[in-house]
Amino acid sequence: MTFFTSFSSLALLIVVIAIATYLFSRRKVTQAAAADHVKPHSLARYYGLYAGAWALLPAFLVLVVWTLGSQPFIDANVQTLLVQAYPDLEKGFLDLKLAQVQNIAAGLIESQDETLLKLADDYAEALQQASNLRTSIVLLAMLVAVIYAYRRVSPALKARILFETLLRRAFFIAAAIAIVTTVGIIASLLIEAVRFFSQYGLLDFFFGTHWSPNVALREVAAGAADEDVGGSTGSFGMLPVMAGTLLVATIAMAVALPIGLFAAIYMAEFASKRVRDVVKPTLEVLAGVPTVVYGFFAALTAAPFFRAIGLNLGLDVSAQSALAAGAVMGVMIIPFISSLSDDVITAVPQSLRDGALGLGSTRGEMVTKVVLPAAFPGLVGAFLLAISRAIGETMIVVMAAGVSAKLTANPLESVTTVTVQIVMLLTGDTAFDSLKTLSAFALGITLFTATLLLNIAALTAARRLGQRYE
Amino acid sequence: MSNVVQKLGAKKRAAIIEASLKKRHAKERRLRAYGVAAIIFAIGFLVTLLSTVIGNGYTALQQTQVKIDLEIPIAKLLNDEGQFDEKRLRRYGWGSSIKKSFRTNFPDVTDRMAQRALGELVSANAGFELRQLVEAAGPEATLPTSFWVKTSDDVDMLMKGRMDRNLPEQQRRLSDQQIAWVDALVADGKIRKVFNTTFFTAADSREPESAGILGAVVGSALALMVTVILSLPLAVMAAIYLEYFAKPGKVTDFIEVNINNLAAVPSIVFGLLGLSVFLGFFGLPRSAPLVGGMVLALMTLPTIIIATRASIRAVPTSIRDAALGIGASRMQAALDHVLPLAAPGILTGTIIGLAQALGETAPLIMIGMVAFIVDVPTSVTSPATALPVQIFIWADSAERAFYERSSLAIVVLLLFLIAMNLTAVMLRRKFEKKW
Amino acid sequence: MAKKTGIKIKAADVSVHYGDKQALHNVSLDIEAKTVTAFIGPSGCGKSTFLRCFNRMNDVIPSAKVSGSIQLDGAEINDAALDPVLLRAKVGMVFQKPNPFPKTIFENVAYGPRIHGLVTSRREEQDVVEDSLKKAGLWGEVSDRLHDQATALSGGQQQRLCIARAIAVNPEVLLMDEPCSALDPIATTIIEELISELQKKFTILIVTHSMQQAARVSQKTAYFHLGELVEHGTTVDIFSNPKNDQTEAYISGKIG
Repeated sequence: MTFFTSFSSLALLIVVIAIATYLFSRRKVTQAAAADHVKPHSLARYYGLYAGAWALLPAFLVLVVWTLGSQPFIDANVQTLLVQAYPDLEKGFLDLKLAQVQNIAAGLIESQDETLLKLADDYAEALQQASNLRTSIVLLAMLVAVIYAYRRVSPALKARILFETLLRRAFFIAAAIAIVTTVGIIASLLIEAVRFFSQYGLLDFFFGTHWSPNVALREVAAGAADEDVGGSTGSFGMLPVMAGTLLVATIAMAVALPIGLFAAIYMAEFASKRVRDVVKPTLEVLAGVPTVVYGFFAALTAAPFFRAIGLNLGLDVSAQSALAAGAVMGVMIIPFISSLSDDVITAVPQSLRDGALGLGSTRGEMVTKVVLPAAFPGLVGAFLLAISRAIGETMIVVMAAGVSAKLTANPLESVTTVTVQIVMLLTGDTAFDSLKTLSAFALGITLFTATLLLNIAALTAARRLGQRYE
Repeated sequence: MSNVVQKLGAKKRAAIIEASLKKRHAKERRLRAYGVAAIIFAIGFLVTLLSTVIGNGYTALQQTQVKIDLEIPIAKLLNDEGQFDEKRLRRYGWGSSIKKSFRTNFPDVTDRMAQRALGELVSANAGFELRQLVEAAGPEATLPTSFWVKTSDDVDMLMKGRMDRNLPEQQRRLSDQQIAWVDALVADGKIRKVFNTTFFTAADSREPESAGILGAVVGSALALMVTVILSLPLAVMAAIYLEYFAKPGKVTDFIEVNINNLAAVPSIVFGLLGLSVFLGFFGLPRSAPLVGGMVLALMTLPTIIIATRASIRAVPTSIRDAALGIGASRMQAALDHVLPLAAPGILTGTIIGLAQALGETAPLIMIGMVAFIVDVPTSVTSPATALPVQIFIWADSAERAFYERSSLAIVVLLLFLIAMNLTAVMLRRKFEKKW
Repeated sequence: MAKKTGIKIKAADVSVHYGDKQALHNVSLDIEAKTVTAFIGPSGCGKSTFLRCFNRMNDVIPSAKVSGSIQLDGAEINDAALDPVLLRAKVGMVFQKPNPFPKTIFENVAYGPRIHGLVTSRREEQDVVEDSLKKAGLWGEVSDRLHDQATALSGGQQQRLCIARAIAVNPEVLLMDEPCSALDPIATTIIEELISELQKKFTILIVTHSMQQAARVSQKTAYFHLGELVEHGTTVDIFSNPKNDQTEAYISGKIG
């Protein structure tokens, strides 16, 4: 019986029935056309596709919606039972109990606790009922749809037009997923952030100078745990985190901007085709290296390197420093800036170069006095996108920047960033403390807003460049 | 009417310009030099990065083993039917018999503390692995009387020259005494290095010598499978809509702005989305490649949409017009005539998008794929980690041996990425058409 | 009107190759000082290529190879030791499409004198800008908005700005590559009048598509066909009494 209720076999069943519907409908219309000596409105396969789509889509929709929707519903029911069973328990521990119940029901762990066993039985039964119900409803939906579509199949039906309309709508929905995703991001971040701000002051968050969510993290946080221990509610003033983010991003841009830009200028204006053919792919390789690899390099090679140099100069460089993280992040962004700038510079019309050279400019003067000013809006766009990347970059800073939130402009110290804090807050062992978890979403919406504004500004700048040379 | 420049006269004018030339050309040379320096820096960094990773990682291809003389009383492990008995197998002291046999190499070590220090030289998982070996050989097999078992990771590091003997004893993970024992074993020919198959056939483990990347590779593969199944059809559909059916207007503009913006949203934000919507709202399982794949699909979607639109646009409109001209509908022209011609470009874009997704770490951490998982995942809903996350986990571990494995895992990841990108480049070359 | 003056430029045996393709075949031609010489011929005949030889603008195209000799006042310009920057300061150029820099009107005109160090103060700059704009017949239209973006000007104004920009450096020779092809008839007329005015101070070489234009503005004409110089002489002769059949066919509109 379970075979018919599992998700994958049900999905398979739906597909098989849909194919059968396709074949039967195609045959029906061919036979009907032959019998009545009429030419069907559309090719035979469109009748099959039309009926097949009717068989497939409603059933599949019900299957997915039911599967996704039933779980929270069942969980909520068990939650109510749990509250009745353990009236005194805190919410965090209730979540833990719920997980236990789920695991017992799935047979993953064993338990002697009568209450838990009873709840687990209830839970398992609810699951079983839910999937039985799911199978019935899915098959019912399918039956109705198939009968409806099959009865409508006749040579007079404008099957191609109906099917193409359906496809076009599906295509539109696919395109609209970009909107849905954006809305999903904003909504999910905003809902949790609003919950956070209902418990913690907006001004305290944005202008507070003390950040210590007091997360007991695993090894990663060990270095920063000495910050201040004690106090059950942390303080969430994000200025130090913001300062760290900006410090690392500034260092990164200080590395990436000149190097990326000079590389782009050379590639676009001076390099021979042979040099370009070698260097361009190499820079693309640099761009394709995953950020975790840069993080690895920053933490285990660059940081000790800077530390050693610091020792020689009599400077105290922290083992995790903004400098190491920022510098390596800068290298990561070089190919990003150089390829965007290269595109922008190459887009400057040749006529401007001819004009400059025709007046007796050297190539250098042509570049610095004519080409670069002409490309300026586009270069600003590239620069803004690069900043957006720098502040959104996660792995390098998680691995190399550190977790201690302090207001400092000293690149030799360890700092923390928005992305690091999001990771720390949501992967720690103390995920039950809601204020900490929620603060991650408050940071998340701040990060999203910042990058969104930068992206829009970059697009606007690029568009201005586009208009200038249309 | 004559201006300042004209008043200069031809000779004076030429002299001024000529005098300025040296400085002006020097400026240009400086600009070029900055460009060359920037490029050399970038390439130099790449070379440093690769050589560091390879230099640190290649030793993880080998594993140090120590020879143990041990006769396994196989009869004691069988039940009446001559099959292995689970209870007896469990009760047999695999680890302790290995340690006991190992101690016979140094009969004069009798102190308990010293014996423990001696035992630390053998892998903590050696007993478990010996049992697997015996079980795999079968109840009827004639077992050898000596076995090669893994040493602990510290001995492994020492043998690979990754532990500095000259450091003060307190700063080393092996004591002087332990090093002396290892040296004695080496002199006896009881230590060898073999190819580290475990690295490619095992999942994660607390013990570096038992840890491998297979679990992570399978996890990544499962997640990418979900990603491609979700994102490719959606991206193609969206691209066809935008290129063929969208009417210019606010809705279309808004979709385009969204797509462009999504391509630049930090990956960790997608992780937050996955955490609160897929895990929190829909209650999908934590740490599952299914959810990882879904999050990566949302991230990859803009890349593939943009690539697909570009390759659809590269198909000349004359093909579409020809199809429309013989009475095909717009949809037929798009699906039957343009799409097949755009397919290589779409494929290339998809592979590049997937290569990006393969390297993503942060969003997977957010949805719990960072958990410690010792089993190779078997389905898209079983808990798993992914290759880049595995690198992160190991890089974060204290043991030097994990550092080595992390480096080798990076090499493997980069090889996968190179293979994917080369495939994309080759596809592009093969199918590139000049219209 | 065509008064006899000295030879300014002597081109001898000039050939240009783009990669494997030869675009210009052994052209020899003498150019008189303070005269307007027009290069005419069907498109692709090599006239623009030839024009770009006089300030070595072909250097910009990597695949281009120029051979032969061009002497400006007796000095060889294809000499590798000659800095093209110096040459281009002497031989200015106006292009087919108006190409003002994305800067203000003032900055555009001041650009040349400034990079060459010919002006040393703001006052001198203003003097040159004003005078050049006046010579280009643009001063009256822009004197009150010198600091507006040049790209905001109309096409004809932009082209006159480019002429002002070119003459601000006070070159000896002015090359014009179809300067009116992107302009409307009224703007064209203004530029043609300007050319006749400029001829008093500069030696002008103009490539043009329009024979009427050549007839209106030039004293000398050279007719090119398929990369070869077919015929040259005074404009009056060429148009009224062409010696070569091809020239005749082109002028009477049979080919082109």
